[in-house]
Amino acid sequence: MAVSTPLAIDVAEMGFKYPGNAEVSFSKLNLKIVKGERFGLFGPNGAGKTTLISLMTGLLNADEGHIKLLGQEVGKHNKAVNKLFGFVPQDFSFYQELSPVENLQFFGAWSGLDKQTIKQRTDELLDILGLDEVRNKPVDKFSGGMKRRVNLAIGVIHKPEIIFLDEPTVGVDVQTRHAIIAYLLELNKGGTTLIYTSHQLSEAEDLCKQVALIDNGKIIAEDSLDKLMADHKQESLEQMFLNLTGKDIRNDV
Amino acid sequence: MFKLKATIIKDIRILLRDKVGISLMFVMPIILVVVVTSIQNSTFQLVNKNRLSILINNSDTGQASKQLVKAIGKIGMFKVSQVKGSQTEKSITEVMHQQDAMLGVIIPANFSVKVTAKSKSIAGKALTSFGLQGDTAKKVGDVDPLTLYYNPVLQESIRLSVKGAIGSALQLVESRETLRSLYFSINEKQLPQNLEDEMLNNKTAINEIPVSKDGTRTTPNASQHNVPAWTIFAMFFIIMSLGGSVVREKVSGSFIRLKTLPTNYMVGLLSKQIVYLLVTMLQAAVIFSIGIWLFPFFGLPALNLPSDLLALIIVTIVCGWCAVSYAICVGVFADTQEQANGFGAVSIVILACIGGLMVPSFAMQGFFKSAADISPMHWCLQAYYTLFLEGGKLKDVVNNIIPLFIITLVFQFVTFIGLKRKNLI
Repeated sequence: MAVSTPLAIDVAEMGFKYPGNAEVSFSKLNLKIVKGERFGLFGPNGAGKTTLISLMTGLLNADEGHIKLLGQEVGKHNKAVNKLFGFVPQDFSFYQELSPVENLQFFGAWSGLDKQTIKQRTDELLDILGLDEVRNKPVDKFSGGMKRRVNLAIGVIHKPEIIFLDEPTVGVDVQTRHAIIAYLLELNKGGTTLIYTSHQLSEAEDLCKQVALIDNGKIIAEDSLDKLMADHKQESLEQMFLNLTGKDIRNDV
Repeated sequence: MFKLKATIIKDIRILLRDKVGISLMFVMPIILVVVVTSIQNSTFQLVNKNRLSILINNSDTGQASKQLVKAIGKIGMFKVSQVKGSQTEKSITEVMHQQDAMLGVIIPANFSVKVTAKSKSIAGKALTSFGLQGDTAKKVGDVDPLTLYYNPVLQESIRLSVKGAIGSALQLVESRETLRSLYFSINEKQLPQNLEDEMLNNKTAINEIPVSKDGTRTTPNASQHNVPAWTIFAMFFIIMSLGGSVVREKVSGSFIRLKTLPTNYMVGLLSKQIVYLLVTMLQAAVIFSIGIWLFPFFGLPALNLPSDLLALIIVTIVCGWCAVSYAICVGVFADTQEQANGFGAVSIVILACIGGLMVPSFAMQGFFKSAADISPMHWCLQAYYTLFLEGGKLKDVVNNIIPLFIITLVFQFVTFIGLKRKNLI
């Protein structure tokens, strides 16, 4: 008898449309991501990647169906589920006037950690992400790459079981990208599930085991990276991406 | 509790690094209080100590006009200068500008003759009415009017006082002439000076006593009026920092992350209320301290704190909480910082106007008098005036605190609805 792998994310028959917008964003969408997966979500501009992540993190509420994280239903009335995941948005989501330590102290408290744990995790993360020397300096003086690392540190301070990463390496140099990816792979080795979106398809090849291509609110392909490329007879994810989504430039309004 | 403490620390850190916000909340109101109090104090001094300068052109040569000039000088509110010769409107206004006089009076050429004639006529009528023989045959015309010129910067209330005072002096002169005529007609001799003085100067004195609730008789000064009023304005002025802070947090990426964390945003709003309430307390403490200790160095009257300090603290807390609630409410509904700042600043000035900070509420008419009731600043001001000017106690300001509390709860409720509608909680 086969033992089923526990699901980190279970999206079932999920439907959603933005209020006042007749166009349906998602209709009866199904997506299952197992625990410990490194899952890449790709698609052109306006495909629905950010909307899907917003639904999975409870920033938006599904109109129908359900979304479960580790068996718990996501919804604005269930704040407990928010302890299970960490979110690293594309925008810098912290207080630029504060230092990395001050940001981590605040977001650590809001993530439900106690004072001692916050201190311990702050020291660990600043050391791992190379921010120890600037720990007490205001973030608004930092370079883009340093801000990205602060953004990541805040998202993982409470050691979540699932991490949503929305383009975590956009606009950073090679060294910073390498450091971020290395740290994410390290977290994944410890059992953390990574849900990742990016336009950097080459980066996805380094990081993701499983990918889904999304376009117009529909998942048009989903499998392991190797199998997808083999099935579509493509040598790179980028070629397969263009093959499946077309070469027209999209606007994301 | 730990989350709230961490949030309060975060808000204090952000506030302390917002140098512009701090200067708006502290430096601006302090400058405002000092400037407005100084100006109003100067106005008091102009009327009460320095006296208004008045130019009198007496075109008449008779006794009545000389007595009138003397009577005007005796009023006590004018510094009298005389210009000789016949003056036209143009020439007297030129002299007023040259001598920096606020007022000018032209006494017409035939003033004494006409006043005397009119007095004789009135005396004749009086004698006839007593059944005696009086001279009523002559018809006399009215005395030509005096002309009063004034600098337009004089407020209407001061102008009316001036007009009343000159009117009294004029009446004194006319009464004297009438008395003399009457006495002469009856006794065929001049009215003795001592009797004339007794009859004309034996006015009943008017004692002025400020009515206070605590029985003290301290005369309110410009500081007692202005410091509380502009402290309220300063408290509400935190909208420029707090409203913007709420919008900034709402539109920044940090808010997206806050929404994905296992903590309700109400903790964030509660923290802002606590931090900014402390700011309003600090504002009041700083401004009151300046009024007490620094004003005398600027030549301004010192602020006297009310005897009921507990009442003062309670009123200040409720005023501060109301100001904070209003700022958060505006911040929740505004979509941009520009909207929050623009609407905030204009609405505070309007609320201050209808609340009686700029024009006393008792002087307002009709709609504006009723509108004052919806301005939280009106209730704050009434409570402060009861404490600072009337020597009131806590029981005397309860009627002001209750409406203020209700308005604060309305702001809180509207904020809650706004957060719900915008899916922020």
